[in-house]
Amino acid sequence: MSFVAVRDVAVSYDETPILERINLDIDEGAFVTVVGASGCGKSTFLRLLLSQESATRGTITLAGEPIPDRPTPDRGIVFQRYSVFPHLTVTENLILPLELARSRHFGRLFGARRKALCTEVDDILVRIGLAHASDRYPAQLSGGMQQRLAIAQALLMKPKLLLLDEPFGALDPGIRRDMHELLLALWEEIGMTVLMVTHDIAEAFKLGTRLIVFDKVRHDPDAPTAYGATITYDLPLRRPSAQRTDIATASVEAADALDQTISLLTNENRKGAPQ
Amino acid sequence: MRGGRPDTLMAVTHGKLTRSTRLSLGAIPFVLLIAAYAVGSHLRRLENPADKLLPPFGKMADAFWEMATVPDKRSGDLLLWSDTALSLGRLGVGIAVAALIAVSLGVLIGFVPRVRASLAPFVAAISLIPPITILPILFIIFGLGELSKVMLIVLGTAPIMTRSLAQAVIDIPREQIIKAETLGAGPWQLVQRVVLPQIWPKLVTAMRLGLVPAWIFLISAEAIASTGGLGYRIFLVRRYLAMDIIIPYVLWITLLAYTLDRLLHAFSRRAFRWAHLEGDSL
Repeated sequence: MSFVAVRDVAVSYDETPILERINLDIDEGAFVTVVGASGCGKSTFLRLLLSQESATRGTITLAGEPIPDRPTPDRGIVFQRYSVFPHLTVTENLILPLELARSRHFGRLFGARRKALCTEVDDILVRIGLAHASDRYPAQLSGGMQQRLAIAQALLMKPKLLLLDEPFGALDPGIRRDMHELLLALWEEIGMTVLMVTHDIAEAFKLGTRLIVFDKVRHDPDAPTAYGATITYDLPLRRPSAQRTDIATASVEAADALDQTISLLTNENRKGAPQ
Repeated sequence: MRGGRPDTLMAVTHGKLTRSTRLSLGAIPFVLLIAAYAVGSHLRRLENPADKLLPPFGKMADAFWEMATVPDKRSGDLLLWSDTALSLGRLGVGIAVAALIAVSLGVLIGFVPRVRASLAPFVAAISLIPPITILPILFIIFGLGELSKVMLIVLGTAPIMTRSLAQAVIDIPREQIIKAETLGAGPWQLVQRVVLPQIWPKLVTAMRLGLVPAWIFLISAEAIASTGGLGYRIFLVRRYLAMDIIIPYVLWITLLAYTLDRLLHAFSRRAFRWAHLEGDSL
């Protein structure tokens, strides 16, 4: 039994199919990147794995169990925006999951127990480079700092599956590169399973051990919404960690070529300018 | 000077003002109003030295001082202070009860879809009743005492405050709720750690906006049936055309309202610093 098993899943909104015939097996420890044209349902697929939405048909299991119908700590999430809590400082954001676990009624600890938690997250703060900003609110952080905090916060619950919904989409290229390094280092260290949705094909090649493309295979020009999207490409990316950087560079070049191919295949050109 | 003109124009729309320039520009309308009053008062008294309509500043100051420092012959109270205490007490209790209703109903309506479906249309309908029209009903039910005055303030402000707080809860991004759930939060923890902390600053804003109609209802209720309070006083002395008391009282009420508003704003900035980091706030 694979770690994540998706069987014949379909999603439709009011009779409009979004996703159809999705079958997927993900091995434990894999880093799966998901790309596709906008509106192809790749984010819907991520929300299914998160239980933010439910499938119209089919089953999804995680480690052999059907996924719960609510978001739960076994699946962590980092969104592109709104991932951290604006009313909590950096430290408070990090201790929140620990407080929730240890104080069932109030979700809040006070005094010495709270102080102990703050010390507990000190190492994490250093690791994500936010030690100097521990008392700042998210509005006082740069986009990259906010996402580093969001990732660290999501990992505190030690999720079996980490879901990333275009987490670096709003960041500058330089910052994005640093975030890639941090994310890969954490992934290798913890050995968690990751599924990341992205718009950036080079990023998908650089980070993933496996690349999945969502697209519509059937297309009715008279009724563009008649069919849903499904998985059209499933490419294993060989990437031994020692050679990671070399291959990452090589795959960025390869990605440019593939980028064009995929955009041809996914009809992005026909629709006009891609985003 | 070809380049001169655009530069001057740019300075008009883009220039940064120093603090003293800003303050003196802000003072201009006040100074103009006071000057216009002084001229009008002077002209009227030239015609009729006993004019009561626009009393001179000195006379108003004397009357106000008397209200503040000379005990009333009948009750022995310092009327300005007893009126102020009575009115602020009614206003405070009214707004506090309205805030309590607004938070509890607002969170329920904003956070629990079933409650929203059953209560939101009702609150919307209630909030459209002109509160003054139910004042007679309140007097009949609760009598002419304190309760009916406080109820008028509550009924006049709670529905709109509830609506704005429910909206504030709805406006919390869905992502935050989902994220908190993946961090292990149950519904009760969600309310306490994600929802409530984020609506406190909105509650302060709702109270500041609610205070505007609250003052109207307070003064109205006091004018109609009361034996003390700022509204009672100005409607009482109206019979004697005592503009020298009415005008200072109006200024005093304005000052109280302004101070309350500023205090709430300052409180919000101190207590909820995170909510005031971006953008300007009034």
